Amino acid sequence: MHELSIAYNLVEIAVETAEQNHLQKVDVLHVKIGVLSGVVKEALEFSFDIAAQGTPIEGAKLVVHEVPLKIFCPNCQKMHVLKKPIPLVCPECRQRTGEIVEGKEIELYSLEGGDVLEPSD
Amino acid sequence: MSQAIKQPRIVKIRENVLKKNDMLARELRKRFQENGVYVVNLVSSPGSGKTTLLTEVLTRLSNKYKTAALVGDLATENDAERLEKSGALVHQITTGTVCHLEAQMIEASLKQWNLAEIDFLFIENVGNLVCPSSYDLGENIRAVLFSTTEGEDKPEKYPTIVNSADVAIITKIDLADAVEFDKERFYESIYKSRPEMKIFEVSAKKDEGIDEWIDFLIKEKNLLGGQSIN
Ligand SMILES: [Zn+2]
Repeated sequence: MHELSIAYNLVEIAVETAEQNHLQKVDVLHVKIGVLSGVVKEALEFSFDIAAQGTPIEGAKLVVHEVPLKIFCPNCQKMHVLKKPIPLVCPECRQRTGEIVEGKEIELYSLEGGDVLEPSD
Repeated sequence: MSQAIKQPRIVKIRENVLKKNDMLARELRKRFQENGVYVVNLVSSPGSGKTTLLTEVLTRLSNKYKTAALVGDLATENDAERLEKSGALVHQITTGTVCHLEAQMIEASLKQWNLAEIDFLFIENVGNLVCPSSYDLGENIRAVLFSTTEGEDKPEKYPTIVNSADVAIITKIDLADAVEFDKERFYESIYKSRPEMKIFEVSAKKDEGIDEWIDFLIKEKNLLGGQSIN
């Protein structure tokens, strides 16, 4: 399950970013996962809780936004969103295309948080 | 204990979660290029005949080129031992419970070798068709292997790895008739995730298609330039 390794990377970036932006507490992480990223949503959610343990963002909620596959069809000269990840075929003209615009990302999109009301120190 | 938050904020990040791996892979790719090393990342299920094919490829290439192989294994297996007979430099990376190789494992393993002396490096990834897909190892080419015994529909069950690969190789092609392997359907199954992908058909047992695969790699390597011992 490579999601655990991805989750550790995710936590590392989130902790760094929170520090840089002086977020004392992180409530929510928004992550974009493409349908062709090879990441299984449930496995990432499960792994995230393990990876966040003992870090400043422990207890934060992970929200996974699944990104459908968007392709560019060289025939129609248009972008299309596919209902299923495969086949990579233009839904309008049936032309095969390997030009993927979106749907392969594993991206930490944003953090929600702020300063705590009563700092412990 | 949950603490209340004053003035909740949203911080936009838009960062690739695997940026650390990707940055290291980019550095590795540059080092390989500078040293004239052509790198092949082999991915497949266990039992696809990957080690058998690699042994044969290394043996033939070793006549003219300096070759090396990094082998990723979950536990200690004897893949490395088999490969050493080919005359290539071989190093085994035991990943423990990790089901894929990452760029940092490659970097660490390279320390024992002088890259300038290597022409071809083959990375035999851990045997599965899911986890290796997200990790760039700095390779020039990624080859996904399927054996005829795995059935012609297998590629479409693993669209991510097929899409991430540059070429596909059908192994054990000598068994195609015996297992009623439908080649046309296999090609279609590949093209669903990777239209027009180049596909090689090989048999290590019957010596079919191996020279074609090797010639392709030599040609690709020469296109990239870099150093050569010839
Ligand atoms: Zn079209």
